[in-house]
Amino acid sequence: MKPANFDYFRPASVDETVALLAEHGDDARVIAGGQSLMALLNLRLAAPRALIDIAHLAELSYCRESDDYMEVGAAVTQAQLLNQPGLGQAVPLLAQALPHVGHFQTRNRGTVCGSLAHGDPSSELPLCLATLEGGVVLRSARGERVLKAAEFQTGLLATAREPDELVIAARYPLRRLGAGYAFAEVARRHGDFAIVSLAAVAHNGTLRLGVGGVADRPVAREWRLTPGQSDDALNEFAWALGGEDDIHASARYRRDLVRKLGRKVLEEAAACAS
Amino acid sequence: MRKLSQGERHKVSFTLNGKSVSGWAAPRMLLTDFLRRELGETGTHVGCEHGVCGACTVRLDGDAVRACLCLAVQADGRAVDTVEGLAETGGALTAMQTAFRKHHALQCGYCTPGLLMSLSDLFERTPNPNEEQLRDVVGGHLCRCTGYAGIMAAAREVAGLSGNGEAE
Repeated sequence: MKPANFDYFRPASVDETVALLAEHGDDARVIAGGQSLMALLNLRLAAPRALIDIAHLAELSYCRESDDYMEVGAAVTQAQLLNQPGLGQAVPLLAQALPHVGHFQTRNRGTVCGSLAHGDPSSELPLCLATLEGGVVLRSARGERVLKAAEFQTGLLATAREPDELVIAARYPLRRLGAGYAFAEVARRHGDFAIVSLAAVAHNGTLRLGVGGVADRPVAREWRLTPGQSDDALNEFAWALGGEDDIHASARYRRDLVRKLGRKVLEEAAACAS
Repeated sequence: MRKLSQGERHKVSFTLNGKSVSGWAAPRMLLTDFLRRELGETGTHVGCEHGVCGACTVRLDGDAVRACLCLAVQADGRAVDTVEGLAETGGALTAMQTAFRKHHALQCGYCTPGLLMSLSDLFERTPNPNEEQLRDVVGGHLCRCTGYAGIMAAAREVAGLSGNGEAE
């Protein structure tokens, strides 16, 4: 199918963009790479009256390391972040997860912040943000605020972004000294939506596991355990996530993946920790 | 700020396979439809129209992307390369096209233009890609005839890999 009609805006700055959002609110959608939104437009699952293109904004095309986090601007594509020199040292979990995000051809255009703003429960980038306890920077004509990952994504394709707000950047916490990180997912075909995706952090005797593709959003838990003692905790977590049967997999298969693959990624993260 | 109103057609100009072209498009027109209907370049195929199958893959400023997930107006002023631009003047096929022919990497040919554009991006960035890189790129396409074996064989030959994925 083809998209419904819309007015297309190409603002010259973030200020112009937030002014447009203040004017159009819910009737507008922001497009950057469009790798999720264009599919929704083509299928007419979304039919905004105004489409605001921010892909070309140079002020949003940056990756900056501060003391605590790497800030990724809203125009940065997944391919640009993956090819960022030193990513594996700075944010190892992202370097492991990004090759699983869509395909080579969609990473060339899809943006990091676009994936967060879209909020698919099985997406890797929101999962990494939730597991690392990162944040999202939102700007509107009223000002700027930073939401933690757990506050930002509120459900299936739903976020706490107000209609007049623009996601301008994501903040991914930098590698912590001595911590180990691991990522794994199961999908029917590499690059497809994950049936279950898992991200783990082992640091100072604590284990943290984030799970995507089961609940309506990525969920993370933390325990003071070793991977060898984690079976009961993982079983309880698998049930608490409340996955459902669907065309891709049964709820039971998803619980099995959380229990079995969950333990494997925890072991891998612990083995990488020092 | 630029505003392009719905219902009106706007001039879109870009470099297509090295030549300047232009046409008219409403904001909602996809790059696939612009190439095929407005410019008459039907080498770019339309499959699923939501980014899954890869048949419409073209190169935008050198990057392999889905043309069905791109608006024509977003390509304005940029460089677009399609399968029509691969063969050299006089019709000589590229090494990849020749290898596709040799290894029966196509039957109906619907997915072929997209695969060739993706592989041409990969081989320009990485002249000697490994098995994993080839699989990552080919994995972004659906082929319902070949079972991918012929496609991988052709790509491996151009990459200088043996049948089991190791460098020769």
